[in-house]
Amino acid sequence: MTFPQGRSARAWAALAGAALLLFAVAPLALSDFRLGLFAKYLCIAMVAVGICLAWGRGGLLTLGQGVFFGLGGYAMAMHLKIADAGPGNLPDFMQLYGTATELPWWWRPFANPVVALAATVLLPMAVAALLGSFVFRRRVKGAYFAILSQALAAAFALWLIGQQATTGGTNGLTDIQGFFGYDLDDPVNQRTVYFIIAAALLLLIVVARQLIHSRYGELLVAVRDSEERVRFLGYDPANVKLVAYVVAAGMAGLAGALFVPAVGIISPAMIGIVPSIEFVVGAAVGGRASLAGAVLGAVGVAWARTALSEEFPAAWTYFQGLLFVVALAFLPGGIASLAGTVRRRRADRRGTTALTTGEAA
Amino acid sequence: MTVILGQTFTGISIGAVLLLIALGLSLTFGQMNVINMAHGEFIMAGAYTTYVLQKSIAGAGISLLVALPVAFLVSGALGALLEWLLIRRLYLRPLDTLLVTWGVSLMLQQLARDVFGAPNVQTRAPERLTGNITLIGGADPLTVANSRLFILGLAVAAVASLALTLRLTPLGRRIRAVVQNRDLAEVSGISTARVDRTAFFLGSGLAGIAGVALTLVGPIGPTMGTNVIIDAFLVIVVGGIGQLRGTVIVAFVLGVLQSVLEYSTTVSVAKVLVLVAIVAFLQWRPQGLYTLRTRSLV
Repeated sequence: MTFPQGRSARAWAALAGAALLLFAVAPLALSDFRLGLFAKYLCIAMVAVGICLAWGRGGLLTLGQGVFFGLGGYAMAMHLKIADAGPGNLPDFMQLYGTATELPWWWRPFANPVVALAATVLLPMAVAALLGSFVFRRRVKGAYFAILSQALAAAFALWLIGQQATTGGTNGLTDIQGFFGYDLDDPVNQRTVYFIIAAALLLLIVVARQLIHSRYGELLVAVRDSEERVRFLGYDPANVKLVAYVVAAGMAGLAGALFVPAVGIISPAMIGIVPSIEFVVGAAVGGRASLAGAVLGAVGVAWARTALSEEFPAAWTYFQGLLFVVALAFLPGGIASLAGTVRRRRADRRGTTALTTGEAA
Repeated sequence: MTVILGQTFTGISIGAVLLLIALGLSLTFGQMNVINMAHGEFIMAGAYTTYVLQKSIAGAGISLLVALPVAFLVSGALGALLEWLLIRRLYLRPLDTLLVTWGVSLMLQQLARDVFGAPNVQTRAPERLTGNITLIGGADPLTVANSRLFILGLAVAAVASLALTLRLTPLGRRIRAVVQNRDLAEVSGISTARVDRTAFFLGSGLAGIAGVALTLVGPIGPTMGTNVIIDAFLVIVVGGIGQLRGTVIVAFVLGVLQSVLEYSTTVSVAKVLVLVAIVAFLQWRPQGLYTLRTRSLV
């Protein structure tokens, strides 16, 4: 049993390196503006950690992570909007439309900071649990599950747009100024938000790693590769999948909640079909089954997007499409699998084939 | 009474559009098990073909009639090209086809934006299709737009041709053979690679026809594919994969459901309620309305 210990030691060393990079190097090397952008990428990476778990390890291609990201984001933004407005006042956009004379009943719980914070994670998890328990028990899987989750994202975005008076419609909840009593315009407070995000990402990586290397993690991969065999062994694959889906939803919810103070806005444009698929892009390009691959891929693709789309918006779209086609058609394990391939060049390729056939089953 | 009839007919015409956009998918997704997210962009290609033809041919009526076969060929060729370039490498990984073709759809959308511009464009409907037909006269008349009737006719014709092709022609027999047992078809001397490509050509060509029909009911733009693709997939999933019958029935049922719910709530709430109904339906029949009975444990 020396190998897992060696691997574990290497992983902890990598984590310490990442912590050093996030907490010491990045804040020193980046301007306030760039650090703000970086915080945004780290939020996307948090979603990717969940996707790595659900899709990479569990084979559940969820194209609806935007829903959970949005639920977390809106829960946080609703609280911040109420806090910004001050006691007894309505959030600015509701006053503007003038249709509501008091807070809608479903806004009221979010006035309480503890309830709102808990809801950012628990609300997405509850929705995922509800949908997942329906869908997995009836053995809806593969493409069916992917399409249903995508339809959910489309419906949620549409619903938000339709409820203009209480959700801000297409504009979403904008112009968020305070964060639990701190002014978000102050660069010092923005930096604090960055540190919170970096810490949250590291925490999620540790949680995901512990899950992956537990007995549950083995079971999850087993379900991905051969669900029927796991069933015959006496486990219920539905429960195994449900846990991965719910945990991934919670992670996306937390990411959405922290995205709000970092960017100052949450809107349907960040949670519909297109953003939901884009969450998957980074993880796929980096390597869906490897935590490091998914996280680095998410940050890398988000960074490339800013770098390229600032200069050439059209070129970026072509590049993004091409990246997807090349990474998935010719490199199913993502860039992370290249490192592995190089490392065991002479070993047989059973590892990558297992991943591929697992997807097909 | 007229209200109910009116809503039902609106539902039927929504259903006809749904049927047209889902019909090609029932071949590529249902029969070939390929999740082609670029299908929406093939629909867009058909719509832009109509737009280009109308610019170059005088007379909206003639250009629309010319557009039908041309759009079929344009979208079909795009589909066959996609199959040859990418999809034939991915038949064993259906979930990856979803993401790969989504990359393709991104590129096609951008291409449309670069060629035709980001704003939506509009075609003129032919004169014959602009009016209404009165089905029930009197004080509370029930009228139906001619263009909606044309789309309904087009949908019926497309379904009939596809069903007859699959059932009666040698090509249809080969497609069904490959779907039912690829290995056995291969050893019987059927070139499965060629059958795959032909089926893809047909399915994508039907997307082109749907695109022509969509020009009659809405604007043409780079994002029109994304807007319809989910609906199309839902129709197939609920109808049962590879089941033409299921696709037809479900398209009309969802159309009427959508129309009735829209009447009593709002468009966006109706969409959400339709989705809830679909999830509930899949609890009852996880494999869709019609399923091929097999001994497989999946």
